[in-house]
Amino acid sequence: MSDDTVHGLDVTAIRKDFPILDQLQDGKRLVFLDSAASSQRPNQVIAAMDDLYHHSYANVHRGVYQMAERATNAYESARRRVARFIQAPSESEVVFTKNGTEAINLVSNSWGRANLKPGDAIVLTMLEHHANIVPWQMLAAELDLEVRWIPVTDDGRLDLTELDRRMDGAKLLAFTAMSNVTGALSPGDQLVAAARSAGAVTVVDACQWVPHLPIDVSALGADFVAFTGHKMLGPTGIGVLWGREALLDAMPPFLGGGGMILNVTTEGFVTDGLPGKFEAGTPPIAEAVGLGAAVDYLETLGMEAVRRHEVELTAYALRKLTEDLGDVITIHGPAEPATRGGVLSIELEGVHAHDVSQVLDTDAICIRPGHHCAKPLMRHLGVAATARASFYVYNDTSDVDALAAALIKARDFFAI
Amino acid sequence: MSGLEDLYREIILDHYRSPRNRGQLDTPPAHRTEGFNPLCGDEVVLYVEVESDSDGVERVTDIKVDGQGCSISQSSASMMSAAVKGKTIEEANALSSTFKSMMSIHEHDIGGDGSEAGPANESPTAELPLGDLEALRGVVKFPVRIKCATLSWNTLAQVFDELASS
Ligand SMILES: Cc1ncc(COP(=O)(O)O)c(C=O)c1O
Repeated sequence: MSDDTVHGLDVTAIRKDFPILDQLQDGKRLVFLDSAASSQRPNQVIAAMDDLYHHSYANVHRGVYQMAERATNAYESARRRVARFIQAPSESEVVFTKNGTEAINLVSNSWGRANLKPGDAIVLTMLEHHANIVPWQMLAAELDLEVRWIPVTDDGRLDLTELDRRMDGAKLLAFTAMSNVTGALSPGDQLVAAARSAGAVTVVDACQWVPHLPIDVSALGADFVAFTGHKMLGPTGIGVLWGREALLDAMPPFLGGGGMILNVTTEGFVTDGLPGKFEAGTPPIAEAVGLGAAVDYLETLGMEAVRRHEVELTAYALRKLTEDLGDVITIHGPAEPATRGGVLSIELEGVHAHDVSQVLDTDAICIRPGHHCAKPLMRHLGVAATARASFYVYNDTSDVDALAAALIKARDFFAI
Repeated sequence: MSGLEDLYREIILDHYRSPRNRGQLDTPPAHRTEGFNPLCGDEVVLYVEVESDSDGVERVTDIKVDGQGCSISQSSASMMSAAVKGKTIEEANALSSTFKSMMSIHEHDIGGDGSEAGPANESPTAELPLGDLEALRGVVKFPVRIKCATLSWNTLAQVFDELASS
């Protein structure tokens, strides 16, 4: 099978932008299949950050001198580009945070404390990453909230058969757009509609979605969308919360300090407008600039093409691994590539995920063993750990072939 | 780079495939304690029966291992159970510190010339033979796996702590 016909992307050209992938480990080509944990970043992102540090760095929003103005412009231009990327109606709805986790904590702390009261019900799903569970459990413990759970099907998708009943009277629905364990894509329209008719606010964990699929936050109709820079070719230390302006406006600040106020007196403070109100302290300036460059890079590839590439690669991988490993492999998640992302949670019969990863490392293949910060889901699937391989724009069928060969090796090594 | 055989010695795979003292004991008389490796979800559940003899010396009269996890954590638990069964708590603790020092002495050697620790590093309890547990020596070259190897020992220490305070 020729790569050119299979893929919507020119992976050979893309890989040139990622010199980190062009290395040998013990003489073997590095095969990086751990982008769901954190992606690599292209030269363009590193160069954008370097350029800021080399030529235009100063704190933002304060200085009058030209370099401070350049830094502020670079920071705000990144916000503009992120807003355009997710089709936000207004860039003031784009709040920079430290990561996706902080974005969700911002909502739970600010919106949650201001709008929820004891006895209120909130709805989570069994597909969630701990980042979209624990902040709500902390709030539930503090405010004495009822927490309801949307279950999952055996193939790792949300089970929405009793959605309306579960949403009845609930004040909030928090769900992941794409599972980092099963790859399942959530039916956002249906979930948002159900939350709407119940009068509940929706919080979407899009940490796994935004890097891999086109998103239009206006069309989605959710109230808050959180995502993280380091999984979408950007640097660590930067995340995004998008929220509806009316909601963000009415919310109290999350963290207090410089940068988020209009005025401070001995009597108190007056908060700044959006998005500054939620960006207390010196923000991650270079990281925002890096994220802006990552967004540019993804837009140049085209998110439709990124998605097409990953669907094709996932289809190839599901076929290849099942053919080569047959009965000894279980791949969690939906069977249909069009309904899932490029995340394969693998169980190899008789070989623990930890051992699978160890064997794969000797072939320079990087995958992730463990519970992937989704313990309620893992418990439901009846597994303690899986070996997770995940794809991105720089992966192709040769990576899948290497994975399949190494899994056979692992099976043979541990064969009883 | 170390080969897989350095880590997965035959004896380790043997304990993984045919774990010793696998199962559960009635509680009481046994004491049950769970140990978790939060990083990877490995889980060791120990059932330990401790009895005092006429001199008041406490001895592990029976032990069973339950739970699930990777070959290193499960084989280490199996070897640990075989090693401490019938031993006094004091002997078991001495074995534990010998084992742990085997793990950590070599931790400092990572990136070095790989030579074995000299006599100066020999712990005072070294007269306690580690037996099968010696096979886990290779784990120190794979630092992320050390936690897997020590999980059952840490859980055993927790058992003794809980027994002492109850
Ligand atoms: C689905 C999902 N949500 C949230 C997160 C948290 O992202 P971060 O660690 O960048 O805050 C992750 C990644 O670990 C994730 O996969």
